Amino acid sequence: MDPLQFYGVSVASRLLLGTAQYPSPAILADAITRSDADLLTVSLRRESTGGTGGRDFWKLISGTGRKILPNTAGCHSAKEAITTAEMARDVFDTDWIKLEVIGNADTLQPDVFGLVEAARELSAQGFKVFPYTTDDLIVAEKLLSVGCEVLMPWGAPIGSGKGLNNRFALKAMRAHFPSVPLVIDAGLGVPSHAADAMELGFDAVLLNTAVAKAGDPVGMAEGFALAIKAGRLAYLAGAIEARDMAVPSTPVFGQPFV
Amino acid sequence: MRLMVNGNESDVAAETFAELLLELGYEDMPVATALNMSVVRKKDRETVRLKEGDRVEILVPMQGG
Repeated sequence: MDPLQFYGVSVASRLLLGTAQYPSPAILADAITRSDADLLTVSLRRESTGGTGGRDFWKLISGTGRKILPNTAGCHSAKEAITTAEMARDVFDTDWIKLEVIGNADTLQPDVFGLVEAARELSAQGFKVFPYTTDDLIVAEKLLSVGCEVLMPWGAPIGSGKGLNNRFALKAMRAHFPSVPLVIDAGLGVPSHAADAMELGFDAVLLNTAVAKAGDPVGMAEGFALAIKAGRLAYLAGAIEARDMAVPSTPVFGQPFV
Repeated sequence: MRLMVNGNESDVAAETFAELLLELGYEDMPVATALNMSVVRKKDRETVRLKEGDRVEILVPMQGG
């Protein structure tokens, strides 16, 4: 597969994988292996009293040798997101941050105003920001202007499994920012959705629910991995133009009985 | 003194952030910490002192999407 870089760092896979909602730690570990993901998203949360879940989880994740992308999931203001990002940098020793500023608890739609505000502050602090955003081109331009070098537009609302809700807008985004790494983040349900995104020219796909909540998360992880590779190869190879009328594939010249 | 630790009221003897982590059993755990909504970095935990009514957050790595 052709190389992909985020902020000058090469990543070995175009599948980014979330680590939440798996039936068990063992299934999570197997899904990571079968997906071949090189970049895993994680969060920061309060530990239950006397619990060791955080320590056990971190032992599993750090043992995979994969790169870590902490998130600010659940933050509803720029201030909360900035503080969470600063805490994440301290514990994960990375300046990469998946920036989420949620505008509505039901739709989980990004608050793009808070997002740009937080991205500006975090970029000024030296963070490498991966903003979870919409497919709005002006918001995208604002994010780039405040220091983001990657954009992560939604395909559909988080966890919805709908696929690419607005292919027109996403195609426009790809065309408008030809050299910016674009990652479809959220809303995919099946591997064909990921192949669709990659065929449109997106650079990578971030998955969580579609893998973790599948009947067989490990099998689905591999299914997505194959679809992402197929979609990328198709994009690079160049697809034919769709036509309304049939065009014979076998040569007409030399046809008998005419 | 009484603190709000992760949203719960706690009566603790610790006077610094480092002592608090020890008292609450977080030693040997990767944790991120904040005091009154401001980050307390690892390197500052020995010197940051706590006072009555402080709001403390102690966060650990967890699953995330």
